[in-house]
This record gives sequence, structure tokens and C-alpha cells, in this order.
Amino acid sequence: MKDFDVIRTRAHRLDTPDKATGKAVYVDDIDKPGMLYGALLQSPHAHANIISIDTSKAEALPGVKAVVTSKEAGSIKYGVSPARYDETVFAIDKVRYVGDEIAAVAAISLEIAQKAVALIEVEYEILPAVFTIEDAMKDGAPQLHEDFPKNLCAEVHHEFGDVEKALAESDIVKTTTVKNKRQDGACIEMQGCIAEFDRRGTLTLVSGTQVPHYVQRTVAMVLGMDIGKVRVKKPYVGAGFGIKASANPMELACCILARETNKPVKMNYTRDQVFKLARARHGFTHTITTGAKKDGTLMALKHECWLDGGAYSSFGIATVYYAGSLLGGPYKLPNMKYDGYRVYNNKPTCGAQRGHGAVIARATFEQQLDMIAGDLGMDPLELRVKNMMEAGDTTCNDLNMSSFGMAECIDAVRNGSGWDEKKGKMPNGKGIGMACGFFVSGAGYPIYRSDTYHGTVIVKLTEDGGTALVYTASAEIGQGSDTAFAMIAAEALGIPLENVRLESGDTDMGVDLGAYSSRQTLMTGHATKEAAEHAKAQVLEVLSGLLNVPVEEMDIKNGFIEFKNETPDITDIRTRYIKEHRGWIDNPDSEKLTFKEASRMAFLEKGSIVGTGKYKPHLLGGKFKGAAVGTSPAYGCSAQVAEVSVDVETGQITIERITDAHDCGKAINMTSVEGQMEGSVSMGIGEAMHEEVMFDDKGNVLNNDLAEYKIVTSMDMPQVDAVVVESDEPNGPFGAKEVGEGAIMPTIPAILNAVYDAIGVRVFELPLTPERVYWAIQEYQKKAG
Amino acid sequence: MKKIISVTINNEIYEIAVEPNQTLADLLRYDLGLTGTKKGCDTGDCGACTVILDGDVVNSCLVLAIQTDGSVVDTIEGLATEEGLHPIQEAFVEKGAIQCGYCSPGMIMSAKNLLDKNTNPTEQEIREGISGNLCRCTGYQKIIEAIDSQKS
Repeated sequence: MKDFDVIRTRAHRLDTPDKATGKAVYVDDIDKPGMLYGALLQSPHAHANIISIDTSKAEALPGVKAVVTSKEAGSIKYGVSPARYDETVFAIDKVRYVGDEIAAVAAISLEIAQKAVALIEVEYEILPAVFTIEDAMKDGAPQLHEDFPKNLCAEVHHEFGDVEKALAESDIVKTTTVKNKRQDGACIEMQGCIAEFDRRGTLTLVSGTQVPHYVQRTVAMVLGMDIGKVRVKKPYVGAGFGIKASANPMELACCILARETNKPVKMNYTRDQVFKLARARHGFTHTITTGAKKDGTLMALKHECWLDGGAYSSFGIATVYYAGSLLGGPYKLPNMKYDGYRVYNNKPTCGAQRGHGAVIARATFEQQLDMIAGDLGMDPLELRVKNMMEAGDTTCNDLNMSSFGMAECIDAVRNGSGWDEKKGKMPNGKGIGMACGFFVSGAGYPIYRSDTYHGTVIVKLTEDGGTALVYTASAEIGQGSDTAFAMIAAEALGIPLENVRLESGDTDMGVDLGAYSSRQTLMTGHATKEAAEHAKAQVLEVLSGLLNVPVEEMDIKNGFIEFKNETPDITDIRTRYIKEHRGWIDNPDSEKLTFKEASRMAFLEKGSIVGTGKYKPHLLGGKFKGAAVGTSPAYGCSAQVAEVSVDVETGQITIERITDAHDCGKAINMTSVEGQMEGSVSMGIGEAMHEEVMFDDKGNVLNNDLAEYKIVTSMDMPQVDAVVVESDEPNGPFGAKEVGEGAIMPTIPAILNAVYDAIGVRVFELPLTPERVYWAIQEYQKKAG
Repeated sequence: MKKIISVTINNEIYEIAVEPNQTLADLLRYDLGLTGTKKGCDTGDCGACTVILDGDVVNSCLVLAIQTDGSVVDTIEGLATEEGLHPIQEAFVEKGAIQCGYCSPGMIMSAKNLLDKNTNPTEQEIREGISGNLCRCTGYQKIIEAIDSQKS
């Protein structure tokens, strides 16, 4: 195994001392001189034409500095996928959901801004609204968007191999339908932003976003500005999970208010507005048919999926593709057919959330695998082992597993949970279940079509030679990416982590597509490694000239220069360094030449030593339409075992324990990898057990707070035994790949399978509330007589 | 109309005019610049704004500033000293109990109050002690390990 000094350790995160002391700055902690406060007017109706807007009373309120509507904002459409730009900053002639933005106010206080919002008079013509897929697709149903008949936002039809033939040749064919409910991201920090123009016309937007780069491009496009005049900076962010992975209407409104007032403007969503913006997990209905041979060999998968999309597209096109393409693995599956549909309706817009598009598909499929194993009398774990892909395999839809530690993951959870001793041997009411999953280490292509680099990084050495500064536009949103990149830079330069400082999340620092699709460790990691190696090469080149030693015979390790052959006399360099640093306190006295001395010499010869790095994936995927979605330079994979107990009298499920193994390639930071695994499990448990955004019949969110929208608390969370499996990913920096999103994949189906093991009842609708489980038990008992 | 209150925050006495409808969370954050106390809901559901008021944890978004006249308030900013981080803060850093960090100040205040009152809590007592503090990132496991490491 390769020898590492910095990565693969449990280094403390760079950001946590500040976060532990309350010193870390998030967007609402920032105050600007002369700052105004903004507030939004949002539609109270799910579907209505706007007849007129009268802002005169709001404008007349003392303290109000600007009131803006589509008149000021214009009609440029934006969104996530360029193929479906279907939003404007403010509604122009109609509103499509309760929460659609109509106007915004900037005032000297938030109270005045909110009062002014209430004074804006809007005359509506209320239109019939649709809230379900079925209603939205009916003949004569109200249309949300003119160009999309039957409210069909997007559809996908893929077939690989010959599914009907393979199903006909199968010994067993199973069909099931599974439904989930819309989820909310429920980041503890609500979105906020501050926009400000300087007198030269440069806009700086500070925002709690996952994607400064995409926000910058969207703002520039909507406001009609050059990209170079728009700077987007991200302070610390109170998590994202996908919900903050695109420009939101508040950010755009805030920029327009700042332009109109020439003052800094701050805006925040309330918790209610976070639920209105949504952009979280879709409601999915998956119908899956799987065929297998008697020996358990999987033959074919036929899959139809319907997505409850909401009023606009957001990430929806990608979501509907992901929902199909990510069932191509992790099992050898020669034939796969997919028909996916995303439907508009008058509810808030769904988007991307951890495990984008693939989580409920995975839950449906992995539950069905257990049903097939049951019918064949096989251990469901063995069925998975039998069909599992290996490193080097490619799925029928052209996804290549360049590394794949799945067998190790399955072994780890089998042994860790005591599977062989427990499966089939637990008392009634107690059960054990398992599932597997995989996920991309970054999308193979940017959201807009482009040959752009996905990440660029700069490593600059300080003039004293002692510190490396890493500049990246990537987004630390809590996952620990800043620390990971500092560790990668330290490893690549050959210096201790304490000698690396890092700045991130600022579009002025380069291009980085941001924190989504579990991409940064691999992609930004590559660019960081290359930049550090570039800086290191420049130092060694200068040193080579000074010492007359070939570059190939030198290396840097733990902050010291190592010579492969004879150690040259370093007296001249040391004397020169000490003379340069007269009065400084850090004169080197080691026997070995330090990196600091070498790097200072490089500065004296060449000026600032700046290393640059960049990354984009090699050409990936097939030639068919939509082949890009699901491609990635590498895939993380995981297996989990859930142990549950079920009270058959009440339907109450308790999760007793989760054993989780994830192959993240080489772990840059062991503690952070475990943190992602444990956090993924908690989000999966929430979704499996109680998370559900509920609506009334007018399209209002009923549980628009964190009391009634129930995320997992410390009382719900079981013991998680997280096992980090490390393959060596050839396409990853130092062999690393993803963990952030893939780790959620097996959680829900492992729980579903454990519940079946406990009570012999399959539940096909999420979340597993006591009521739903109770009725499933009642129905089963009725059928059983 | 504003009223002058006198409140001791992190061992400093503040005499300050507050609006009758102003919350303690807003007083701390927007008037006194003690932005370590976070707001995640404004309705007492998430616990990000947890501070210690006269020895008990409260959601500072549910306490009116005017009610704290004559009271003693401890916030996250009062924990670290010149010698460094408070041992509980050290433990959160050491164990990897912090990810996005937005819940951390409130979580650490709940942990401190728990350990002040019960120096040797069981795992169940730790879970109960932080049950009012929501964390979406960590799954609580490393938080519980961090608090557990500070038992006496």
C-alpha cells in the first residue's frame, strides 16, 4: 500500500474550532454599513392569473427604499437545466404555486419591509389548480406551462438489451410498485443572502449556497451583466443536501433590490418560505418488474417511474434520468428498460436531494430483490453476492465501475451485524434486512453543455516559504471539503497540514461547479493535487539549480527535502535563508533542508510561486439521448444491514441498529467519511420513518415547521457501526472517490427488508408511520384469514 | 416603547434598551453582535438558539429580551477562555462532532448544561439532554461520543 503522511488520517477539521466557539460566520451573521432588509411578496394562491399589481401604498410607506416586480426584474427565464428554463424572478402574468414570487421590497428594517409587502395590492383571477400526477394528466386539466401539454415536464424512454425476451426466459418475474412522499431538505440554516453593488458596477452576492459558480452564471444572465462583474461568495453554510444547489428567487430578487437602491440588501427565508421554495426530494412512484433465473441470476429490469414535480422544472430533468439510469448497477443486469415521466402541478417545486433521483428507485428494487430471494429460497445477501458487479465491469447503460469494493462492503456488514447468526432466526417482531447501492463521484458533465473545467485550484506559497495557500471556488457546506483539500494539498506538497491555509467558496478564486452530485472530493481534489504538484515542481526546479542535483533525485516529505542519493551541502542555502530572515523567530536548525528554505529560495528566484491545477472528466458514457446522466469518473458503493423491532399491535417500528459499509476509495479523512455515512443513515431513517411534506387541498404546506415536519432527533437515532472500505480508485486523487450521497442508498430498503423479516408484511408506501404499518398488518391478516 | 434592562451575559453586565417584542435571540445576535447563537426556525423547534438562562437551557427565540432583566445568560461565546477552547468544545472538534456547524453552538450549550447538572450521564441521558437540538448532518453519533468523553 502507498505510504501517506497526511491523508487517510483522522486530522481535525480546519473549520471546527471556529464552529465550536460561535466564531464561524454564516450569512445572517454579516452586517454591512447602510444595509437594507428585503422581503418577498409570494402568491397565496396555487394557480391564478395576475390582473394587476399596485405597489403605490408600499412605496409610500416611510422607510421603504424600493419595491420591485417583474417590471424591474424583466422576463428572462432561468432555471437549472438550460433545456427547461421555466422560471422568472417574479411572476409576470400568472402564479403557479402558493409561494410563487410576485414582488420584493427593500426597507430600512425588516419590519418595515414586511409591512410594505402587506401593502402591495394584487388582483388575481383564480384558476383551477392540480395537485396530483393523476389530476395534472387528465384531459382538460389546467395547464401550468403553455408548451407542455398534459403538464408533462419531461419524459425518458430507454431500453438496453431486449427486456421482453429476457423476461420471457426468466423463471421468476416479480412486479411491485413503491411510493414515497415529498421530502424537505430541512437544513438547520435557512437560506439567506446579501447583495451589494460597488460604484464601479461590480455586484457581490454573499449567499448560503452550495454552488457559487452556477449562482454567478444565473445572476449574470438574469441581470444582464458580464460574468466578470458578478462575484458570488459563500460564507459558512448550514448544510445543503441539494436544496441549495441552484440559484433561488430570493438571491435574484436581492440583487435587483441592491441594484435599484445602490445599498447592500440582506434577505432571509423564514422556515415557512424554505418549505415553499422546496427543491428537495420528489414524490416518486416506481413500478418495477424484475426477472431472474432459478439460480438467482438477474435477467432483466422493466421500470416505469412517475415524478410529482411541482410548479417548475428545477433539477427535474436530471432527476427523471437519474431515477432510471442508477438502477443499471451495482448488479450485473444485461437488459433494462426505463420509462420515466415528470409531471408539473401547482405545488412547490421538487429538485435534488442527497442521492439525487436514485433513492426511492433503489428502495423499490432492493425490496424486490429480497422478494425474489424469498421465492427462490435464497439468502437475500447471497442473491446480491451472486449478481454483484466487479471492478472493471460496465453496466448495460455504459456506466463503468473503475473500482468497486462491493464484495468487501457486503462482507463487512455480514460480519459486523452477525447476519449469518441472525437472519431467519430472530423472534417474531424482530427483523434484520440488508441492501446495497452505488452512486456517482461527481456528474460526468456540467449542468449546462460546456467543455469547461469542473474545477480549477491555485496553490500559492507565502514569501517566507512556510505556508501554502490553497484557493478554490468549491463549496464547504459542512461535509468537510475544505479540510479534505487542505489535506490533499499538504500530501501532494509533502508538508504538514498545519502549514496549509485554505480559502474557498468564492467565484473570484476560479471555477468550481460546487457541492452537488457528490463531486468535490474527486474533482476538486484532482485540481488541488495538480496545483500542489505544480508548486512543488517549481520549488524543486529552483533547488535543483542551486544544489546541482537533478529534480528526479529529490522529494519533499513532512516539510523536509529528501535526497535519494548523496545529501548535498546545504550551508549556503541555510545561511542565505537566515540572513533573509534576520530578526525572525523561526530560523531552521534541522539537519535536513526544510521545505521552507527551499520555497524561500524559489521565491527569491522567481517571485510568487503559484501552482495551478484543473480537472475535467474524460469522455464518459454512451451515445444515446440522456446518456450523460449517471456517468461519472468513479462510483462509490455501499451495503447496509438494518435491525428493527415492530410492535404489531400499534405498527410502531424501532430501528435498533444499522451496520454500514461504504467504499469511498482511499479515505482522505477517516472521521469525515464516517460522518457522511452516519449523517446519510440519519437522513435515510427520517425518510423511511416519518418525513413527509403534507398539503391541504389548496396547495398550502400543512407541516411547514420543524415540529410537524419530523426529522430524526437524538432519540430516534440508533447505533450506527460505520465501516470504511477503501478500494484504490484509478480515476480519483490519491485513489479517493465519493461518500456524501451514495451512503444513503441502502438505508431505506434495508429497513423495509428488516420490517418484512420482523412481521412478514411488505409495506409499499413510505414513510413507515405506525398508522401505515398498522393497516398493512391488518390487511395482511385479513388476506391470510 | 423601549425599556432599559440590565442583564449579565457571559459575565459582563449589559444595560440596554429593548423593544417589548424583541426576543433574546435577536437581542444577542443583532444588538450585541453575539452571533454565535444561531436561528434555525424562530419557533422553538430546532434548538440552534439554545442558551443558558439562569442555569437552565432555553430556546432564546422563545424568550423575550425584556424577561431577562436581572438574569444571567450564558452563550457559546462565553465558553472558550484565553487558555483555549472549553473541554466540551475540544471534544466536539476531536471527535468530529461538527459538520455544517449551525447546530453546534446550541448543541454545545445543551451538552454543557447537561454535564453541569449530571457529571456522569448515561447514553440515554445524553440523548435526552440534546433531544431539543436538531442536527441534520451528523446523525448525532459523534456528538454523543463527544459528550460521553466528557463524563467525569
